[in-house]
Amino acid sequence: MTDLSCKFLVIGAGPGGYIAAIRAGQLGIETVIVEAAPVGGTCLNVGCIPSKALIHAAEEFEKAVHFAGDNPLGISAGTPKLDLAQTIAWKDGIVGKLTGGVAALLKKAGVKTVKGRATFVDGKTVRVDGEDGPMTIRAEAICIATGSVPVELPFLPFGKDIISSTEALSLSAPPKHLAIVGAGYIGMELGMAYAKLGSKVTIVEAEERILPLYDKELTRPVQKRAQALGIELLFGAKAKGKAATGLQIETADGKDATVKADKILVTVGRRPLTEGWGRENLVLDMHGRHIRIDERCRTSMAGLYAIGDVTGEPMLAHRAMAQGEMVAEIVAGEPRKWDKVAIPAICFTDPEIISVGLSPDEARDGEHDIETAIFPFAANGRALTMEADDGFVRVVARKDNHLVLGLQAVGKGCAELSAAFGLAMEMGATLEDIAGTIHAHPTQGEALQEAALRALGHALHI
Amino acid sequence: MMGEQVIKMPDIGEGVAEAELVEWEVAVGDQVREDQVLAAVMTDKATVEIPAPRDGKIIWLGPDIGEIVAVGSPIIRMEVEGDGNATPGEMDEPVMRSAVDDGSEPQSPGAAARAQEGTAPAPAETAQPDAAVPDAKPAAPAKPGSAPSGNYKPIAAVPRADGEKPLASPAVRRRAMDVGIDLRRVPGSAAANRITMDDLDAFIASGGEAAAHSARRTRDTSVDDVKIVGLRRKIAEKMATAKSRIPHITYVEEIDVTALEELRAKLNAGRGEGRPKLTLLPFLMQAMVRAIREQPQMNARYDDDANVVHRHGGMHIGVAAQTDNGLMVPVVKHVESLSLWDCAGELSRLAEAAKDGTASRDDLSGSTITITSLGAMGGIVTTPVINYPEVAIVGVNKMRIMPVWQDTQFVPRKMMNLSSSFDHRVIDGWDAAVFIQRIKALLEAPAMIFIED
Repeated sequence: MTDLSCKFLVIGAGPGGYIAAIRAGQLGIETVIVEAAPVGGTCLNVGCIPSKALIHAAEEFEKAVHFAGDNPLGISAGTPKLDLAQTIAWKDGIVGKLTGGVAALLKKAGVKTVKGRATFVDGKTVRVDGEDGPMTIRAEAICIATGSVPVELPFLPFGKDIISSTEALSLSAPPKHLAIVGAGYIGMELGMAYAKLGSKVTIVEAEERILPLYDKELTRPVQKRAQALGIELLFGAKAKGKAATGLQIETADGKDATVKADKILVTVGRRPLTEGWGRENLVLDMHGRHIRIDERCRTSMAGLYAIGDVTGEPMLAHRAMAQGEMVAEIVAGEPRKWDKVAIPAICFTDPEIISVGLSPDEARDGEHDIETAIFPFAANGRALTMEADDGFVRVVARKDNHLVLGLQAVGKGCAELSAAFGLAMEMGATLEDIAGTIHAHPTQGEALQEAALRALGHALHI
Repeated sequence: MMGEQVIKMPDIGEGVAEAELVEWEVAVGDQVREDQVLAAVMTDKATVEIPAPRDGKIIWLGPDIGEIVAVGSPIIRMEVEGDGNATPGEMDEPVMRSAVDDGSEPQSPGAAARAQEGTAPAPAETAQPDAAVPDAKPAAPAKPGSAPSGNYKPIAAVPRADGEKPLASPAVRRRAMDVGIDLRRVPGSAAANRITMDDLDAFIASGGEAAAHSARRTRDTSVDDVKIVGLRRKIAEKMATAKSRIPHITYVEEIDVTALEELRAKLNAGRGEGRPKLTLLPFLMQAMVRAIREQPQMNARYDDDANVVHRHGGMHIGVAAQTDNGLMVPVVKHVESLSLWDCAGELSRLAEAAKDGTASRDDLSGSTITITSLGAMGGIVTTPVINYPEVAIVGVNKMRIMPVWQDTQFVPRKMMNLSSSFDHRVIDGWDAAVFIQRIKALLEAPAMIFIED
């Protein structure tokens, strides 16, 4: 048994953990990071990155199918064929490149990576069981970045044909019939991808609509597209269990029914991973299912920090990264606290949804009168030339001083607008700032400028 | 459209025809919110805050601090959204005089200069042609900084409301954190009150909070100019008059108040809950009543221009009191007609009224002799300044337990000094000493205060 001691120890090498470790290394802090799986966490291995690869492949395949039939562009192509196993191999190549890159970055920053599973012995000590044999690591400061796992339904335990998002990203062939439980962003993203790859997709959702975290105005184009792709959406329906031919459900009017399926994908959310690493040996205040943290990501124990999904919603990689960077700087003695204006949220559905800051309804609940305006992509030249005229950009601002409170968009490829949206929010832009910035023509981004102009009462292109 | 709102010196009531401008809370160019305090004015009786009637921008401030302004004169002009209350061209000159001068000059040059600056609202903005249609698709990128359109209306910077998050870019926030500055304290100059890097630099350069974070001791070369206005100015004038005209003689004697304290404690213990308790002052006042009966020259006002000392029959004892605004002297009238408990009740009423600013003019004038006490703060000796044109002032020092030689041993006694000043032009040292010795005798054997001769 070997012993190790360091100034800063990070548990978990997902986006939050590896950023915390790299930044700490940059700041000259002796840092160790412990991870049982390949570095990169859910995001790089079984989340953001592989799902985007699959979504891209599905889009390309759907295009080819589109070109094999009648299409306004006058392109005719042969019937496409799909080798999903090769697609997955290609995806795995990208994942390998990125996780290898993270490992190299950690090394470059002087961080020691220990492979294995960490268990807290006490607030300053962790025992790691792994390839290099058991060892004890003592650290002055420890950052818990254990992430989250898919929520399992007791009547639909994962295994064989009942799969989580992880398995859905590594299927050897598209299921003929795919039943999805939950129309949240993971269910919708993967459901649309498999529909494009040829699966007959049925989505069972207990609520009355898709993507309940976004307002109806934003989700309407996505729902329309899902239906056009042949996805069956069963609202107000509850999954009951597995049937011989698929998924047993109770429909909105209380009847039992069976959804034909050879795979059942359960995407009913993710839960913080708070067990299996010795939390019982610590005295951490919890907040519901996640670890309670303050504005400096400090837990209730001195020298113990927590970041990322294990600290609750929003469970987003970029939030964890920002927290990780901050914690490393705090450990280095810098005066830091969480002061972000907004955390962008994106659905990589077709079309994509991006939301930064407050929605009109959330803003109306605040203390200020608001202005809100949308600019439809149907009036945007670039969108028309990309066959992406569905959707819009929406701006929410304070009425008195025109401070922008929220920016949202739905539309093909509009996730990339998040850079402009986030920057505008973080810089404290007013409507006049956005309206007064030249937006290159012809781009979808012009819709942002036009939405701001419209809120000011003088849009030029509508 | 923008209008102009004129704020006039309000009628403060009770027949007050003019008031002194004692404080500006805003400057020309400031954006203000409705109900934000703009100025404070003071009459003989009270200080009144003048709030903004609506949101707007200050474009003109009339009187200088310290000037006395007639009720109804315009003192502030604001630019407001929509119609204001001012008709174009209307510019009635404010009627004001300097509080320090004798009032013959109608308006100070400073105020006139500011009025000129303020009444010219930047015409450049309105002169922009609204018809200028911007080129929708410029062939080449325009010069950086050239406005994309001429018809954007600049949005006003609304001051941050209490509790509102300060607005700043990430770079500004980080720098503020690094130097330990709370951005809530930094004024923002950009649209929507956003704090720019320049704003932060200016805040740091102005001292800001940086000094508190510097471990080194630095030289402070700043000079803070405080205008002496309002009550403070009145106190200053009065003190200067008293000290320059009256040759003071100060006499200090120690009093054994052990017996008095015992009596006081017994009287208070027998008093019901919620009634005013006796302090030492009512006893001192009653003792003074008896002493003055024998030496009426102490209870007087000396008109030194006419060479007449007005000896008053009624004993109106002023009691100097510290308030948030400064020294005030409420007066207990006709103490000779009041019982001990009446005195206590009247003292407590006046103390409250002086503190919360509700004391009437009558409460604050007409004293014929004054008591001054620093209360628990104490001190062993003071040199009180006579409340001109009176001729005597009795100062109470802190009571403390002292060893006193009695017969063959030291005994602990409650001792207290009286430090008193007299106008030596009309009161001889001998008489001053007799007066204080008489009071001492009464206080040391307090029963004598209440026994009729």
